[in-house]
Amino acid sequence: MGRMTDDCLYRLADVRKDYESFTLHIGNLDVHGGEVLGLLGPTGAGKSTLLRLLAGLCRADQGDLGFERRAFASGDVALPVRRRITLVHQRPLLLSGTVRFNVEYGLRLRGRKQIAETGNAMLERLGLSKLARQSALTLSGGQTQLVALARALVIEPEVLLLDEPTAHLDPAHVARVEETIREVRQERRMTVVWATHNLFQARRVADRAALLLNGQLVEAVSTEQFFSNPSDPRTDDFVQGRMVY
Amino acid sequence: MFPVAAEFLPIVRLSLVVSGTAVLISSSIGVPCGVWLGLSRWRGRRAIAVMIHTGMALPPVVIGLLLYLLLSRSGPLAFLGWLFTPEAMIAAQTILALPFVIGITVSSVAAVPTELGSQIKSLGASDWQCRWTILREARRGVWLAVAAAFGRSLSEVGAVLIVGGNIQGHTRVLTTAIILETSKGRFEFALALGAVLLLVALLVNALILRLQENRWVA
Repeated sequence: MGRMTDDCLYRLADVRKDYESFTLHIGNLDVHGGEVLGLLGPTGAGKSTLLRLLAGLCRADQGDLGFERRAFASGDVALPVRRRITLVHQRPLLLSGTVRFNVEYGLRLRGRKQIAETGNAMLERLGLSKLARQSALTLSGGQTQLVALARALVIEPEVLLLDEPTAHLDPAHVARVEETIREVRQERRMTVVWATHNLFQARRVADRAALLLNGQLVEAVSTEQFFSNPSDPRTDDFVQGRMVY
Repeated sequence: MFPVAAEFLPIVRLSLVVSGTAVLISSSIGVPCGVWLGLSRWRGRRAIAVMIHTGMALPPVVIGLLLYLLLSRSGPLAFLGWLFTPEAMIAAQTILALPFVIGITVSSVAAVPTELGSQIKSLGASDWQCRWTILREARRGVWLAVAAAFGRSLSEVGAVLIVGGNIQGHTRVLTTAIILETSKGRFEFALALGAVLLLVALLVNALILRLQENRWVA
């Protein structure tokens, strides 16, 4: 399980989230400030639910979820705290209007200055400049994911929660997204929790990796240990592709 | 000025003022109520929706009669002194238009994917910004609600006839004038008034369609 250090950003202890046919249970998990935590697990393991809890978009039914050592009453998270955290959803929904309007949306919410310049820079960064004036509702699945990532990155969140952000992208764009996030992290401190099915991607981008199975956290260790010497045999089975879901 | 135009213009002007004001009031009340109902998930919501849909079918003469009883000399609202005034006509049309505005707004807002709300929130929207953005996404339906309310108000005759009294130069509007002129056998004039009514409806709906298509920045 995660280390207990001073730079602990999130601390989850015995957190439960119950649904009719599914329960997420996180025994102990720390997310450290500035790290990239890869969240792995099969479909339906609870990755999206965990991300929603971390984003403050739903309330834990039991347990303690702390953010910066303060109780994080998920569901009623104060706006200033919520504005430091952004979740890029697995199936992003864009607003009617142009791509530019969508990318600038978060900046407008915050009443930021130089909206057009900031928006242009982000459009350029993710190769979306040519689509800037296009209606966001006419984009392909991959383009929609890029716009969703752009509108999240442009507001410079301290915590970026990614739910399969490259699932519909071609390899070139996957590389571009990974590179952009790497660059942003070099420019400023940003904590990333990155849910992915792609083991290779997790190995490339994550400092630590966590495995979720059937709503249970199996382990969260350094990426190197996760792939070469996991402490739980289920992690080894998952990594080696021996696991039957 | 032509004598016919002199007869026409006050009637057209009063129709626009009465129906326009009624739509403005019903939209000011109905759109926020519709957004709230469309986004809320409490138990009694369905019963409220049934009542609103029933309200859309309210016969104007029944509203006119009830309002007449309330505003008449022995009624509880007699102190307002509104009977046979444009104010009474505006009140009647507001009551008739309100269920249309609320009902269509509820449906439009409810048609916006629920997940959009949480995605907007995850971008840092406050509760108010979230509601405003959802209203923006439902704007075509909301403008349709306004257009339907205007159509209902402008074409309505029973209620305004009862509470307005069809007094020349005071409470005579297009629909009540058409009834009067028909009863007097002035069919050409009645038909001309009908054509003006249609033209006004056409122009207002064209304006609303234009607003529907325009970008509405959150």
